[in-house]
Amino acid sequence: MGRTLAEKLWNDHVVARADGEPDLLFIDLHLVHEVTSPQAFDGLRAAGRRVRRPDLTLITEDHNIPTLDIDKPIADPISAEQVRVVRRNAQEFGIRIFSMGDLENGIVHVVGPQLGLTQPGMTVVCGDSHTSTHGAFGALAFGIGTSEVEHVLATQTLPLKPFKTMAINVDGELAPGVTAKDIVLAIIAKIGTGGGQGYVLEFRGAAIRALSMEGRMTICNMSIEAGARAGMIAPDETTFEYLKGRPHAPQGADWDAALAYWRTLVTDADASFDAEVHIDAASLSPYVTWGTNPGQGLPLSANVPSPADAKDDNDKAAIARALEYMGLTAGTPLRDIPVDMVFVGSCTNGRIEDLRAAAEVLKGRKVADSVHMLVVPGSVKVRQQAIAEGLDRIFMDAGVDWRFAGCSMCLAMNPDKVPSGKRAASTSNRNFEGRQGPGSRTHLVSPQVAAATAVVGRLASPADLEG
Amino acid sequence: MDKFTTFTGVAAPLRRSNVDTDQIVPAEYLKRVTRSGFADGCFASWRKDPGFVLNQPVFANAQVLVAGPDFGTGSSREHAVWALQDFGFRTIISSRFADIFRGNSAKTGLLTALVEQDGVEQLWKLIEANPGVSISVDLEHKLVRCETVTLPFEIDEYTRWRLMEGLDDIGLSLRHADAIDAFEAARPSFKPTTSARA
Ligand code: SF4
Repeated sequence: MGRTLAEKLWNDHVVARADGEPDLLFIDLHLVHEVTSPQAFDGLRAAGRRVRRPDLTLITEDHNIPTLDIDKPIADPISAEQVRVVRRNAQEFGIRIFSMGDLENGIVHVVGPQLGLTQPGMTVVCGDSHTSTHGAFGALAFGIGTSEVEHVLATQTLPLKPFKTMAINVDGELAPGVTAKDIVLAIIAKIGTGGGQGYVLEFRGAAIRALSMEGRMTICNMSIEAGARAGMIAPDETTFEYLKGRPHAPQGADWDAALAYWRTLVTDADASFDAEVHIDAASLSPYVTWGTNPGQGLPLSANVPSPADAKDDNDKAAIARALEYMGLTAGTPLRDIPVDMVFVGSCTNGRIEDLRAAAEVLKGRKVADSVHMLVVPGSVKVRQQAIAEGLDRIFMDAGVDWRFAGCSMCLAMNPDKVPSGKRAASTSNRNFEGRQGPGSRTHLVSPQVAAATAVVGRLASPADLEG
Repeated sequence: MDKFTTFTGVAAPLRRSNVDTDQIVPAEYLKRVTRSGFADGCFASWRKDPGFVLNQPVFANAQVLVAGPDFGTGSSREHAVWALQDFGFRTIISSRFADIFRGNSAKTGLLTALVEQDGVEQLWKLIEANPGVSISVDLEHKLVRCETVTLPFEIDEYTRWRLMEGLDDIGLSLRHADAIDAFEAARPSFKPTTSARA
């Protein structure tokens, strides 16, 4: 019987296999950032171990770094300490690092693909759950905890038990104005935040094939919000086109050899998945979340749900609690919800295509007086590209607060926070209580919806701006 | 890592589902660079509420947490496990755990015992009827006991063995050093490295 893409990748990386034990898998690329690594390096030091493959390891500073005054010392003493420690570890263990201010600096999941380091057929790990982003290239990519970071540093392997596989078939064609973000929010709303637990998701179907690499990354990025271990998309011409010529992509004969291998990385026609889900792309419209987990999302045209609509008591309590935290009343049209802040950025939607989409909506328009809108590029390179295309002017003319690269308001570890009780439309991936700062209220949206919302001052899609 | 065989401690009920790792330890605590001292971050925002269950004096020394389904969802931060451990927990009981959280827990010696939701409800009732009651966790036989109730729990055999032996993962993998060498030698040359390229 045939094998799925995930199974092929798994088999290609087994170093050792024994009955009753997890498989030992080789890790092709280990991305490291300042927040989840210090304790791992501490552990190595304590045990007198070295980093086995510094040449397969890369460090970026992203979670903590400020997006203003990046030429000055970091004001927050703890952030400054984490950055100091990660630099010291990079030096001590001989690992390449992209520090704040470096041309290649940025959010770890934006930097890997942008350099061409993320390639089909690889195993990619990082001490960060959104490592699933890299699955967009047909890589097996997943987040790990700090003990596992230490494990990979010491051995370049991880002991893992096989995952189950789930096909998410997104057939048909998206209507204009509907994006990858809407697809993934709709998927999570459908299968729930626990629906992917134990699975590697493979996104398939015509609507997925039609997406750019940026859009595919947005979808794989949020696989984790459905509880999945990883998400992936089989590589195709779009993937190869994106990679060709990137700094770390194979060259010459290596390119040809790589391409021959990459073309084998598809789920066989006679392979079977442990579970399958179908979504009709044509039925989708712009999605927003109304609650405090990414599964609590609805089409923008819907109303805030009521606990009375719940399918069981647990769900009822969850809806009531979410409405209370979010300060929302059941039955309110989502379009009537006013926001105080808008955030475009993060590893979900902080790539150049996302900035272009937001700029297209903002061009010739103004951010509403009541709204503070932040645009934070996912990397320094994205920022430069945006400037080269004149997007920065569009943003500034519209009244956007245009920043330097980093994770920023996605998790509010740096000074960029949504104040308590304030409401944000955000292109990031998590609307948990307090995620964007203590007491913050988050509605997850696409870059297009974020920009339209900034103009109107209430949740809105670009179509609402016409006429 | 300490060996884990049987353990008895005061149990606390956490009647919430979908407790994500941002709730277990908010992001601001992630800025630390040490591996210990996270007790203050454990459920930090909920603990500001005097009515929160873990603020009740009877649960101050709780070592077993009985939580609702989908415990540990969200970010992969291992700090969530350290915070629970530094707070005093040795075992978390739930009917469903997030995968990454469960994996992280096993590595650090925090036992995650998977008990059916009916059983969790029974335990909640027992604890609430008699706050301060202890739960015994018997890893050898995969049973939790509370007063007259005995419930089986699920844990995979490999994690169980490791917890019972107190074995370090890295040491286990390095038993395969020769196989790793061989795998590396056979890797295709087109695979990228992170070294700077001209
Ligand atoms: S942008 Fe947000 S989700 Fe992505 S790596 Fe940074 S903090 Fe994590």
